[in-house]
Amino acid sequence: MMDASVKMDAPFEHSLLDESPMPTIGREIARIDGPRKVSGAARYAAEHFPEEVLHGVLLRAPVGCGRISLVDATAALAMPGVLAVIRDERMIRNAGDFGGDAAPVQGVEEVAYFGQPIGLVVADSLERARAASLCVRVSFESQPGVFDMMAARDSALPPTDDIFGLFLIHTEQGDVERAAGEAQALVDTVWETPSQNHAAMEPHASVAIWKEGRLTLHGSYQSPVVTRDQLATVMGLPPSQIRVLSPFVGGGFGGKLGVMPEAVAAAIAAQQLGRPVKVVMTRQQVFETTGRRPMTRQRIRLGANSDGRLTLVQHETITDQLEGEVFFEPAGLATHLLYAGENRVVDHKVVRTNKQLAVSMRAPGEAVGLLTLECAMDELAEALSLDPIELRLRNEPKSHPEMDMPFSSRALVDCLRQGAARFGWERRNTSPGQMRDGDWLVGHGVAAAARGNLFGPSRVRATIQGDGRVVVETEMTDIGTGTYTILAQIAADLLGVPLKQVEVRLGDTDDPRSAGSGGSWGATTSGSALYAACAELRARLAAAAGACVDAVTLTDGILTAPGISRPITELVGNGLSVEGATEPGESNRRFNQTSYGAHFCEVRVNAVTGEVRVSRWTSVFAAGRILNLQTAISQAIGGVVFGIGGALTEELVHDPRTGKIVNRDLGEYHVPAHADIPAIDIQFLEERDLVANPLHAKGVGELGVCGAGAAIANAVYNATGVRVRQFPITLDKLLPGLPAIAE
Amino acid sequence: MIAFDYIRPADETAALQAATERPGARFIAGGTNLLDLMKLGIERPRHLVDIGALDLREVTETPGGGLRIGALVTNAALAAHPLVRQRYPVLSQAILAGASGQLRNKATTAGNLLQRTRCYFFYDPASPCNKREPGAGCSAIGGFNRIMAILGTSAHCIASHPSDMAVAMRVLDARVETRLPDGQTGSHTLEALYRLPGETPHVDHRLAPGELITAVVLPPPPARQQSYRKVRDRASYAFALVSVAAVVSVEEERITEAALAFGGVGPMPWRNREAEALLVGQAPSAALFERCADVVLAEANGHGGNDFKVPLLRRTLVSCLTKLTGAEP
Repeated sequence: MMDASVKMDAPFEHSLLDESPMPTIGREIARIDGPRKVSGAARYAAEHFPEEVLHGVLLRAPVGCGRISLVDATAALAMPGVLAVIRDERMIRNAGDFGGDAAPVQGVEEVAYFGQPIGLVVADSLERARAASLCVRVSFESQPGVFDMMAARDSALPPTDDIFGLFLIHTEQGDVERAAGEAQALVDTVWETPSQNHAAMEPHASVAIWKEGRLTLHGSYQSPVVTRDQLATVMGLPPSQIRVLSPFVGGGFGGKLGVMPEAVAAAIAAQQLGRPVKVVMTRQQVFETTGRRPMTRQRIRLGANSDGRLTLVQHETITDQLEGEVFFEPAGLATHLLYAGENRVVDHKVVRTNKQLAVSMRAPGEAVGLLTLECAMDELAEALSLDPIELRLRNEPKSHPEMDMPFSSRALVDCLRQGAARFGWERRNTSPGQMRDGDWLVGHGVAAAARGNLFGPSRVRATIQGDGRVVVETEMTDIGTGTYTILAQIAADLLGVPLKQVEVRLGDTDDPRSAGSGGSWGATTSGSALYAACAELRARLAAAAGACVDAVTLTDGILTAPGISRPITELVGNGLSVEGATEPGESNRRFNQTSYGAHFCEVRVNAVTGEVRVSRWTSVFAAGRILNLQTAISQAIGGVVFGIGGALTEELVHDPRTGKIVNRDLGEYHVPAHADIPAIDIQFLEERDLVANPLHAKGVGELGVCGAGAAIANAVYNATGVRVRQFPITLDKLLPGLPAIAE
Repeated sequence: MIAFDYIRPADETAALQAATERPGARFIAGGTNLLDLMKLGIERPRHLVDIGALDLREVTETPGGGLRIGALVTNAALAAHPLVRQRYPVLSQAILAGASGQLRNKATTAGNLLQRTRCYFFYDPASPCNKREPGAGCSAIGGFNRIMAILGTSAHCIASHPSDMAVAMRVLDARVETRLPDGQTGSHTLEALYRLPGETPHVDHRLAPGELITAVVLPPPPARQQSYRKVRDRASYAFALVSVAAVVSVEEERITEAALAFGGVGPMPWRNREAEALLVGQAPSAALFERCADVVLAEANGHGGNDFKVPLLRRTLVSCLTKLTGAEP
């Protein structure tokens, strides 16, 4: 085994991806795991049925804040097929954080939120376990809890942790009060965004199997290795004694980053009972007992000169989280860098509430931060009588406006201009509330998109087998984003083999450790590690053929160089295996790396009822090299759909009396249905980011949601003249401002 | 496990006998609501009598020119039936506005009528609910009540009836045909079938124990303008915030007949004869429709989170009547 590493200390001037004679990279390639998924051959966590498997149902706290005083399982244990009611100090109340191996807060006595896991009922069938769980008597001492963030916002304090420096808690420069006094146009607005649930199609599920002292866990996790390490901490085991398998994940969106209660409960129960245990969360449990995007209250104050140049950018966020937990919603993330302006404050505070854990959800920070910032920019444009695109063009910064740092690549201006042309922005409605088509008020909106690009340590093993087939292995999984396909493409292009000769194996913690799938960095980090491995394999093949690697071409399983033409099967012996790795370096500190885009949409608002329907959509993005146009467009569309849900329909409601979630199923937590989504036109601009990584690519998984909701909100304002500052924009909030019915 | 037995009788007589022999038995057809409720522990029948094998899947014309719809006709089949589409478009539109394609393929006509409320708190055994547990209290009053009713509620329950189909059935004066355990037949209007919550919100309807709905009979079609307008929080797969089923005819610039029913606002598909009578003989006008809405909403009460349903129903009704009568807005 050889190792090869890529460390990003300087721009990577020359990518081998530009040299493939028959490139698959950049093309529209249907996902190679598609046939397995549509035929049911791809096996998800809950679809594992080991012999003698038992079924566990989580017991959960029936109080929003307090202490469990008694759990009487007598009746449950007397029921047929019931093996145990397990309460164990190691059980976790909260999901693990992404990245670290620390075990989350422990215990089954103190209750911090309604629905917190306090035990596991295990029986020989799911039905028996579920019925028994209804017969366990739980007594508790109730304590007053904080269930209403807005009411408790005076208690907000700065967050305690900046999450590895990724989330800036507070930055300021200049004198914002003076700037506000001198501004010739000023917008000072307060916005509210609700809690949301990731609502992945596949609920959280784990099957734990102990064999000869080693635990195998089939789970649905975005980072199998982080899950393994956290599980090891909880269980008091060395990580090597646990294997987590998560090759297929039915959606994550941040909701499956750290270890979840069902995995820990399954592992403890399987250990105690000596049989495999399966725990699958119900949809109601997913809503109540995993994570949520926290709610926010955001004040945005923007000031500008009469020529439309920003002098003041102020973005203050209050969000909520459980006591003792470090994550916070960094709503100001994109505000640091999107626009110029000398006087700036970006601030975050946290209210401690008794609601389930707040976690990352697709584009934590930007998703709700750009929702509000880009609406406030729209208001500022109107105050200045400027086209909202023109306002953005006038405030394009040459370098990072808060740090002495260039952008690695930044095509926001191109995205805005090309998107405007593609959408037909010049034909938009310019007078709010004045364009009508029958019952429908028609409006148009625009907003910018931005999402930071990250680079982390990741490892991938690439093997050319004796028969010429290529195997790619990494612990990285595919949460539906297309990882199987893009890794196969990279290997196929760099090693000169047909795509169908590449097999990609994912989601096994016994394979080389990856950065995980989250933060839009899975493709670029695992892809770069694979790049490093393939580059080394090319060198090895060249050496075996007696050729200079720079003169070598690999096509269709044949190595050619001046005077040389040899099948690679002759050069690899019984097989050649290399592990590639990535390392962040100076480039990550010296450059700001961000993907950009611009959204344009048309909405129709029913003048009678206030129903909002999105009728037309164009987004243009620049995210470096696009590895697979089909899967990238799919990600972008999914992001826009998230944005539509965030703007119009999604709101996780906690009962302020009890802390209970009111709408805890997909019938009442409204993700958009197909009928809510128009044809979505996506364009990616040609771009190469030489600073980012050897692929010259940036992340795309979260970019689509960033700013998408603001384009809708701006279009709704444009259609109706009603500005709603509490999301989601449901029809009841528009009704009072709609024209009289008889007009 | 909460044990229950399950039988699937071959005909009506056997089904009625099975239910008679098993006190507390529940009939099950499509199961799209009852099974969910059983999984959540909200419904705990000891006996399920599956009527799926009964010969109740026909849609036939009645001698009087109406339509008899077998109790087991699926929602999908009924919405697509040529005679329904031609003669009772309000019914077809209402069914297609409800649920999802998959659910409509499974759900039946009688089952749809007897589905239970979608009140959040009714579905959550950890929340007090008088409909689920008489005397426990109502969590919707003073709580999040966006989807709750504004008409016909009581101090004990403000849940709304979720069906779209039933709203159209009510505007069409449908009758429910039943058979009783003793073999007798029954016939009920929807007004008589459903009951208001009052002090006993746990009782949704007036069917006798073991009484089986065999068909829904529609009177001859109204040769009039019909429409179903549903307003909801997303474009598909959401229950009505408000809905309006309207059947109106206009002759020589006068309204000659009018029937109106409303969904999402009451514990049953709602109807107000006084408001209909007010329209008849009048020339269509915005002022007239506003007065009609005044009557419909005279007793309406919001509960905080659903206050918006009052103006929403008014606006939707006035708009529907304006369109149906061709009145100048």
